[in-house]
Amino acid sequence: MTTELFTGAEMVVKALSALKVKYIFGYPGGSILDLYDAIFQQDEIEHILVRHEQAATHMADGYTRATGKVGVVLATSGPGATNCVTGIATAYMDSIPMVVLAGQVPTTLIGNDAFQETDIVGCTRPIIKHSFNCRDLAEIPNIIAKAFYIASTGRPGPVVVELPKDLLIPQNKAPFNIETNVKMRSYNPNIKGHPKQICKAAKTISEAKKLVVYSGGGIILADASQLLTTLVETLKAPITNTLMGLGGISGTHKNFIGMLGMHGSLEANKTMANADVILALGARFDDRVTNNVEKFCPNATIIHVDIDPTSISKTINAHIPVVGLVDIVMQQLLDELNEINYSPDEEALKDWWQQIKVWRDIRSVSYEQGANEKIKPQRVIEAMYKITNGEAYVASDVGQHQMFAAQFYPFAKPRQWINSGGAGTMGFGLPAAMGVKLAFPDKHVICITGDGSIQMNIQELSTCKQYNLPVVIITLNNRSLGMVRQWQDMVYGGRHSSSYMESLPDFCKVAEAYGHIGIQIDTLDELDAKLEQAFSIKDKLVFVDVLVDEKEHVYPMHIRQGGIDDMWIKKGVKT
Amino acid sequence: MRHILAILLENEPGALSRIVGLFSQRAFNIESLTVAPTDDNSISRITIATIGNDRVLEQIVKQVNKLVDVIKISELTDRKHVERELLLVKVAASNSKSRTEVKRITDIFRGSIVDIGKQIYTIELTGNSEKLNAFIETLSNETEIIESVRSGCVGIARGEKAMRV
Repeated sequence: MTTELFTGAEMVVKALSALKVKYIFGYPGGSILDLYDAIFQQDEIEHILVRHEQAATHMADGYTRATGKVGVVLATSGPGATNCVTGIATAYMDSIPMVVLAGQVPTTLIGNDAFQETDIVGCTRPIIKHSFNCRDLAEIPNIIAKAFYIASTGRPGPVVVELPKDLLIPQNKAPFNIETNVKMRSYNPNIKGHPKQICKAAKTISEAKKLVVYSGGGIILADASQLLTTLVETLKAPITNTLMGLGGISGTHKNFIGMLGMHGSLEANKTMANADVILALGARFDDRVTNNVEKFCPNATIIHVDIDPTSISKTINAHIPVVGLVDIVMQQLLDELNEINYSPDEEALKDWWQQIKVWRDIRSVSYEQGANEKIKPQRVIEAMYKITNGEAYVASDVGQHQMFAAQFYPFAKPRQWINSGGAGTMGFGLPAAMGVKLAFPDKHVICITGDGSIQMNIQELSTCKQYNLPVVIITLNNRSLGMVRQWQDMVYGGRHSSSYMESLPDFCKVAEAYGHIGIQIDTLDELDAKLEQAFSIKDKLVFVDVLVDEKEHVYPMHIRQGGIDDMWIKKGVKT
Repeated sequence: MRHILAILLENEPGALSRIVGLFSQRAFNIESLTVAPTDDNSISRITIATIGNDRVLEQIVKQVNKLVDVIKISELTDRKHVERELLLVKVAASNSKSRTEVKRITDIFRGSIVDIGKQIYTIELTGNSEKLNAFIETLSNETEIIESVRSGCVGIARGEKAMRV
């Protein structure tokens, strides 16, 4: 019997199918044409053609954030691959599993400055979890299997696989062998928390008088929100989420005290600042959370649970570090609390919650809308929440609208909130929303964006048309780069250097030109009805352009270099 | 403080560049770096001498360990260890006085002269970095140093325990 032989291109497709990939997001080009030819000749995997490779990475990313499945991107060598860089960095910063297959010139030409040659492995080295140069076609299947394994385990992240053209062409063939049960001697993600550390953590928690749970994106990535809710209810403690962690516990849960950090609620930041024990779960003490690290929560004993040891004691020293998968560690912790017959100190809890209520009653996350005033952006988010029953997937771009959405759309479930938190990538929102819609065609999928961000990937309206992806785009149009302008107002003496958007297009006409529906909202009295209308259209993409008050700032806001609870509550009012 | 780190990693293309890239990306210091395959050809061993406080060192160790290619990392300077560096140095030896003096200093430091030219001596010396520094300083008081190259330090822990896969 002769062994069946395959081309490298066929092997890539076969490997992806063995790994149960359904979609690839990409854009063809010279060095990767053989792979596109192989994709054309099968129907297990669907290729989604974007209009710019950056959008392919964000679309894969959005798909992954909503489903938990590894997103796959395909790009040609040179500019095709470099266009992926921003999307890879975005995924890296938020620990999103992604496999990027990048074409490369033939191995015989590598290093010769050949047409469309870029060292993509070199370019992406600081923003990937790992990368592979394929140099032998027989290795392709196992390299792809390894790429998926590395991307999706431990602290997830993007993996780049470089595929030179001569490994893909029909002339070269080899047998197909794949080992999907990957084992690597140099890579063993630590999974269980150290029992001694768990004991210490449980003891510290049981002695706490003012405990707060601070959870982040790790909870979402680990699908651990149910366990988190159980833990919080056992502890009866207040819980705050990072921007990446929203939806980790329901935004309407009685123990939830809002997002923390730069634009977090006053009660969340005050609770952190006054806590005696902070239980950090899958969060990394980002500078947008801590404010000045020297002044960070001086009285708290910090228990830090994270799968990535480098996240622990990087910015804030952890008193009790626990390295492990957050869901497993939380279960260990619950078991240990049970073991030591834990029951919360009800009296201390009562005082603690009473104190928190005082902070809550300040209602720091609020706004005022006069009937004859321009529409306040927060009002749009509230309307959006009401109409969708709080059940929509909300993919956000970056800027003021992102913060307003985080503040005014309490997410009931994990994976509902899709945003570029770490990298802060403008242009992320629309392609990410498209990835979500592809996975959940029957759900409301919103792209909340601004007049600046939407123009960074607006060409994807064309992809939406091609694949029938009827997302609802809501643009909070303030005719300026809102967050930049806010900083210029607050820090740069009101000098609006390049933050004003002159010659904006008529977004509704742009949408119509791509074959979609545009809805213009100018005044408050038409807001609710027109938004209702937008969400009632199920089979077409609706672009809602809402003119909002350009002078509105996002509050509360950290006072620069202050402690975590030093905040501007509203214009001119400090804590 | 100066620390010496020993790293075992997969002997694969790009593995070294990941280490070097990490150090520059995170603004860690490299005083010297040496790399070569071990007795097991699939594994390379890197020795890095670096400078940083305990907090920085902790991050360096964790970040290096996080690289997928890295199998093991160990700090040598926190326990008893042997540390060696190789120096090759070309010095001016154009008259009998300088030739005698260079030979004498070389003998005292237990180095050896490995090449002789009309005007130069080439000397080989092995030792820890401080010894090499002292040798160069002493030599430079006596004659002109024309060219020198140092290997960067390598190290190994004393005792029974071995760093192996």
